Amino acid sequence: MSASLEKGVRVLKEMIDAPIASYLNSCVHCGICAEACLFYTETGDPKYTPIHKLEPMRRLYEQEYTLLGRLARMVGLTKPVTDAELAEWQELVYNSCTLCGRCSVVCPVGNDIVYMVRKMREGMSAAGHAPDGLKGAVTRTVKIGSPMGVKLPAVKAQMKHVEADYGIQIPLDQEGAEYLVMLSSMEIINFPEYLGAIAKIMRHAGKTWTLCSEAFEATNAGMQIGNSDLARVIVKRIVDGAEKLKVKTVISPECGHAYTALRWEGANLIGRPFTFKVQHIVEVLEELRLAGLLKTEGMETDRLTFHDPCQLARRGGVIQPQRNLMAMIAKDFHEMPDAGFMNWCCGGGGGASAIEEGEELRLEAFKRKKSQLDAVKPHRLVTACANCRIVLEEGLEHYQMNLPVVGLTETIAEHIPDPVGND
Amino acid sequence: MDQLQFLTWVRGTGLNLTLAIFVLGVIWRLIEIYGLGRKQDLSAPRDVAGASGWHTIYRRSIPPPGMLKLSPVSYIGGYVFHVGLAVVVFLFAPHIALVASLLGPTWPGLPSQVVDFVSVVTMAAMVAVLADRITKPAKRFLSTFGDWFTWTLTFLPLLSGWLAVHHLLLPYTLMLALHILSVELLLIFLPFTKLFHAFTTFGSRWFNGAVNGHKGVPV
Repeated sequence: MSASLEKGVRVLKEMIDAPIASYLNSCVHCGICAEACLFYTETGDPKYTPIHKLEPMRRLYEQEYTLLGRLARMVGLTKPVTDAELAEWQELVYNSCTLCGRCSVVCPVGNDIVYMVRKMREGMSAAGHAPDGLKGAVTRTVKIGSPMGVKLPAVKAQMKHVEADYGIQIPLDQEGAEYLVMLSSMEIINFPEYLGAIAKIMRHAGKTWTLCSEAFEATNAGMQIGNSDLARVIVKRIVDGAEKLKVKTVISPECGHAYTALRWEGANLIGRPFTFKVQHIVEVLEELRLAGLLKTEGMETDRLTFHDPCQLARRGGVIQPQRNLMAMIAKDFHEMPDAGFMNWCCGGGGGASAIEEGEELRLEAFKRKKSQLDAVKPHRLVTACANCRIVLEEGLEHYQMNLPVVGLTETIAEHIPDPVGND
Repeated sequence: MDQLQFLTWVRGTGLNLTLAIFVLGVIWRLIEIYGLGRKQDLSAPRDVAGASGWHTIYRRSIPPPGMLKLSPVSYIGGYVFHVGLAVVVFLFAPHIALVASLLGPTWPGLPSQVVDFVSVVTMAAMVAVLADRITKPAKRFLSTFGDWFTWTLTFLPLLSGWLAVHHLLLPYTLMLALHILSVELLLIFLPFTKLFHAFTTFGSRWFNGAVNGHKGVPV
């Protein structure tokens, strides 16, 4: 499966559908999408205008799918898409786009720009113009099982640690459990408190759950790089695991893109509807809260704010539950400007955080998050995405801001009372 | 060809040709675009009130939170010039009379002084959005020949119509003929330039609203 310009152009051509044709014909070059993109607002460089990131796709569309464009191509009046051009566009399509979708919600003519960038990446990756950092992440996920190279023994080791720390057994491959809990490698390596929190909350709510030895990694670098064939392989593992264990619900971890990959793209990737439900952990917690199964005690008294992961909120439709959950445990909660639906990305979503050469730009773009935080001056920042958390921590460190970042699930779990007597 | 013959041609043969190109062009372009179809979304939908294609067609006419102050000329200038254009085109008595003579239906218009005022305001708004296009970095960066060309195509009918009504610059007959010709050029180019957003905007908003509405996100 070697990448080439020819293959890239063919794949890109296949990606173009009626919505894209409609969008490309609707653009009036008003530039409002630029004002919504943190890579433009923080650098002032017009090349980061979201719709411009699709220029090669637009030309290909015109040359292949419009009568006038085909006529112009026949008489040699068009500029074909070249390998050098796609190489130049790599920075625009990957490094400076986190698939946050802000542009798609402001475009006055209604263009869903992020929908097009996602498809553009399919062509870019087929042409071989994807960043090395993402290529590595996909290869590791497909060959080893996770983008960070985490294997089952590492998960088992983490399970043991959590079992020792929390005194709760972590179920593995338990058939018929209600929930299959997925993890992101980031949680396995950097934030094991997530697994402990899940164990505590599930015991408290009286729910059955399990991890799966064949499918523990929820993130999908195949989707981020724009390779549906590989994204399908990664999603299929989870589908097989969930169906083998006959679970009712698969819980996507605190990770934005894992949620999009599983909840919205998964069924389309495998070509059939799922036989189980997919929920983000925040949705599960909200469901438990509404059912009266999540009873917390005590309140956090320091000044808190919440960073909405783009894929959970604007791209996933989960906005209010995290606020209801915060209200259970936070006395001094403050919203950042633009929080919720219009929240600004951490700057590292959509695989951008895996792109080494994009770091400088990412930190520049982080100024937007910094100004949001400066407006609130919280003591701690809560979020529900391990990738956001890492990117936020890097940005905060770079700007020498002393602000701890914590996960929502673990923060809730800290307020779950220990069971009375033996369990 | 004298002025009267010119006027007769643009009102007769010219208009017929224009309408044929416009109507066939619009139909062809709509088929070319929407005939591409799209794949069915197999993920389980999340139903949320207000999240649908139809809602977005309406909702996207209102600036999203915080956007008005970031791009005031685009929004205010955009509103004024689109609404103004619609008022001048559809509520000026001679235009209504033309439609009635061609197609039959008629409706009440606005007093000509009001239309006159609206046309001046509309032209002013168009000049403002043009200035904004030249001065705003992202807009200037995105601008191509098509942007300047379509701006001119839209502006000329307004200007020539206003000059004709006020009997300015050229003899009335010639100015009226030029006005009609400028409208014909606008209609001929509409299906094949960015002016076609007059049709596709509704489709685009619908798709965006439907794709995100499936996820329960009212966009």
